[in-house]
Amino acid sequence: MFEDLRDLYQEVILDHGRKPRHGAKLAAYDATARGDNPLCGDRITLWLQYTPAGAIARAGFEAKGCAISIASADLMAEIVAGLDAGAARALADALQTLTKTGAPPTLDAPLAERLARLMPLAGVHEFPSRVKCATLPWHALRAALAGTENATSE
Amino acid sequence: MNTATRPAAPPAPFDVEKLRADFPILTQEVHGRKLVFLDSAASAQKPRAVIAAMTAAMERQYANVHRGLHWMSERTTEAYEGARDAVARLLGAPDRHEIVFTRNSTEAINLVAHSYGRGVLAPGQAVVISEMEHHSNIVPWQMLRDAHGIELRVTPITAAGELDLAALARLLADGKVGLVALTHMSNVLGTYTPAARLARLAHDHGAKLLLDGSQAIVHRAVDVREIDCDFYVFTGHKLYGPTGIGALWARRDLLERMPPFLGGGDMIASVSFARSQWAQVPHKFEAGTPPILEAIGLAAAIAYVEAIGYSAIAAHEAHLLDHALARLAAIPGLTIFGRAQDRGGVVSFTLEGAHPHDVATLLDRQGIAVRAGHHCAEPLMHRLGIESTTRASFGLYTTVAEIDALAEGLLRVSEFFA
Ligand SMILES: Cc1ncc(COP(=O)(O)O)c(C=O)c1O
Repeated sequence: MFEDLRDLYQEVILDHGRKPRHGAKLAAYDATARGDNPLCGDRITLWLQYTPAGAIARAGFEAKGCAISIASADLMAEIVAGLDAGAARALADALQTLTKTGAPPTLDAPLAERLARLMPLAGVHEFPSRVKCATLPWHALRAALAGTENATSE
Repeated sequence: MNTATRPAAPPAPFDVEKLRADFPILTQEVHGRKLVFLDSAASAQKPRAVIAAMTAAMERQYANVHRGLHWMSERTTEAYEGARDAVARLLGAPDRHEIVFTRNSTEAINLVAHSYGRGVLAPGQAVVISEMEHHSNIVPWQMLRDAHGIELRVTPITAAGELDLAALARLLADGKVGLVALTHMSNVLGTYTPAARLARLAHDHGAKLLLDGSQAIVHRAVDVREIDCDFYVFTGHKLYGPTGIGALWARRDLLERMPPFLGGGDMIASVSFARSQWAQVPHKFEAGTPPILEAIGLAAAIAYVEAIGYSAIAAHEAHLLDHALARLAAIPGLTIFGRAQDRGGVVSFTLEGAHPHDVATLLDRQGIAVRAGHHCAEPLMHRLGIESTTRASFGLYTTVAEIDALAEGLLRVSEFFA
């Protein structure tokens, strides 16, 4: 009955949605931001720790949200580690395109590899009302990188 | 329970399949499955009578109202003013001039917040709302508070999701409250509030009572004289009518004392650059070309509901609600929010292991339309300690089989996320 939903709820999504690996506040952090989806009340708080050189060392989050948004947040936390702000923003842009169109934009090798990890989120593009679930954590990421504390998915 | 909202006893014969044939959209399929529409509390589907009335006006009898001296305008004005009569009859209003057309409930509440709030209430007075209000009965009062120095008080609900009348009485005790603005039926918990008792309580403390009837009037007959409230608002699109039309009923003496809300054409008696004189009520509050076609559609919707009869609708929906509560309660991990004694046809719930969004998406794939989210009642969600729920809501066209489909659909959702 849910065959066509397997595009949206791939195993990776269900798994990360159920058991996020990075779903906790960081004990020490350099930046934080909150993301709100005013449409549904979902929210995420994201914490980033930077390396001395200013790249993202680690990311952690706490979220109230659906399987899609939790999985997106968890995959994000996993793959932004090691990226500088510019690269992290490029990845956020790519995620935006991926979830709106279903197709990944072309990126340079190191980023392309990380983007490949996000491919399970591509199915969201067939569910317009769910795109914001996938992008909410990335709005919070942009806000944290910019030093603003609040983001919405609007 | 008060007499104004009690479902009348003998259930009239109710052939739901026959009524469903009046709603063309109900034969649609989504995702290749028969549509099971359980989102009527957000907006109801429209019977052919409404569609036909609006189409007929556009095809055969349409012009602006109150302006033309020609046949078309006169006939259209009659139809528009006829809609005002229909609303007055629906609400049991003693005087048709007490009906003000608005775009929806939201605009009607904003009208009261503006014209009564700023025009009649004095800074230092207070307005009381409850923990289970829709945003449209919260935000206008916050705006009034911030602009006009009105205190905003919030009366709590009990664990069952009913108003705590003792707490409300305490909030009223100092006599500073000028207006109590409460939902007549919660769009999340389904709770009907004891309208007539609320009116007495408010009046005993020198306050007026506004009831938000957006949900209440869909399921039961309302009589503003029996309730003895001071303002009553509702929105047409939930009552099987079109979007873009709602109404405010208010006691005439209050409307007379209230300054206009919007300024423009149709709401004036005379205009010069020095000053303008307002038209009589209700026209004073209906600036600009009104929603003419929408009013005509609303009148058709009211006639449709009245022909079926509220007692029959209420009995049918009470049966659906009992069935839904029993079926849903049997689903492992499902929590229903609200267990008021007196409730209407909406059921909000959460399902363990599945977020309301995911539940809604999976139900949608089975052709079942429900709403998921905070239902424009974020403060209530906070009160309940959650962010969102899934909500199934019923209309007169809802069937027992559709509720069964929902229950079976939810079991499949549980399995999917297990
Ligand atoms: C209880 C309640 N009040 C007010 C409203 C607002 O109605 P509208 O959006 O038509 O103004 C709604 C529905 O959205 C509602 O359920």
